[in-house]
Amino acid sequence: MTEALSKPSTGSFPTERSKECPFDPAVGYLEFREKEPIARVSCPAGIDAWLVTGYDDVRTVLNSPGLSSAVPVMGHANPQADFDTPINPGSIIQSDGEAHARLRRLLTAEFTVKRIQALRPYIQKLIDDHIDAMLASTEPVDLVRDFALPIPSLVICELLGVPYEQRDRFQQQSGILTSVDVDPDVAIQANAEIQGFVAQLVVDKMRNPTDDLISRLIARAQDSGQPLSVEELVVLGLSLLVAGHETTANMIALSTVALLRNPDQLDELRANPDLVPSAVEEMLRYLSVVQFGLFRAITEDIPLGDETLRAGEWLVASLASGNRDTSAFPNADQLDVHRKASTHLAFGYGAHQCLGQQLARVELQQVFSTLFTRIPTLRLDIPFEDLRFKDNTLVYGVRSLPVTW
Amino acid sequence: MRVTIDEDGCVGAGQCVLAAPDVFDQRDEDGIVVLLDETPAPHLHDATREAAVLCPALVIHLAE
Repeated sequence: MTEALSKPSTGSFPTERSKECPFDPAVGYLEFREKEPIARVSCPAGIDAWLVTGYDDVRTVLNSPGLSSAVPVMGHANPQADFDTPINPGSIIQSDGEAHARLRRLLTAEFTVKRIQALRPYIQKLIDDHIDAMLASTEPVDLVRDFALPIPSLVICELLGVPYEQRDRFQQQSGILTSVDVDPDVAIQANAEIQGFVAQLVVDKMRNPTDDLISRLIARAQDSGQPLSVEELVVLGLSLLVAGHETTANMIALSTVALLRNPDQLDELRANPDLVPSAVEEMLRYLSVVQFGLFRAITEDIPLGDETLRAGEWLVASLASGNRDTSAFPNADQLDVHRKASTHLAFGYGAHQCLGQQLARVELQQVFSTLFTRIPTLRLDIPFEDLRFKDNTLVYGVRSLPVTW
Repeated sequence: MRVTIDEDGCVGAGQCVLAAPDVFDQRDEDGIVVLLDETPAPHLHDATREAAVLCPALVIHLAE
């Protein structure tokens, strides 16, 4: 590595959140943003990286040529990050340039504003059915298990064309994958089962195409003259499953907690349902659940502010910190459902910006135009202080959310 | 205001369609941007500027 080219690290990658406000990003970001917005830090994975914490710089750097995404996911923040295994072909989030553009263009038709709008009634029905079930339940309700997880999971099943009779099992196993309190052996087994499941799904759709994302993806790639291999299709299917499931599920549960902790904001939202779309953008900004930011390899020198980020070095662009930058969002630490927050960085920025963002928006909009209307007295069933948050997973959230009404 | 787009750089995120649906659309077959109105009327200027700011690939260019 060429670490010697740049200044030595001046601090550690921030990971500790404040005990008072679990919605705020790790406390260390504020100081970096104010004093050293382009800093060198030591990361938990044992590498040094550039840490970019200001809103404008994050946007600039994520749109720079000379960045590569072909890196281990969360490679900076995970002490067990694996830098040796080659990246899978078909891993859209870990590909660059032409290879990335090819994969992305095969999928963008599935996530257009128009196509996702057409899913709204289906999503609303899922939400209504799950609220009915919670209201009818005689058992204690966990909003994560009973609402936030199954809804995005079932939407992805519908999109991918998972047969109805397999959806319960699929959802159960993917729930294990996204859980933090699970026995490692159980997680390995669930992972293997999901991989096998997606592989079988891909093979089935190759033989018997139906009207679903995977079948259309296979056909589209064939028509383009560059068919996707089974391996690529499985990796793409798994990426869509994980990305489409975990992020939205955590946003649903965490946003619910944030609204319950900001009752004035919740009251405004209830009084004026037209605020839901802007409130959703604001919750995306305020909560920034991709908590450790985006990790990239620098492949060509990038001038940024007073620094030059050198080829061969690592970069972390902090979405959570950029989203709390007061130069972009006045009173950035306040949740404000009236704010025009659509320029937030929660979906990333640049060519890799979240492919499924329109789907996430529609799911969150339908949830927050329904949940507190159908269950107006919804409240926590345990003291707020007893909630446990996911401090060490890629996607931030609450581990479980006991609620009553 | 005159709008131009760099179709090759478009990543199909759909931000422009949300911000200014009278000015931008997406092709059904690959989600790539379609410019509906090269010279939007003044009441659409703010929304068009917002679309240009939101575009994650910076492919919307405005001459004002």
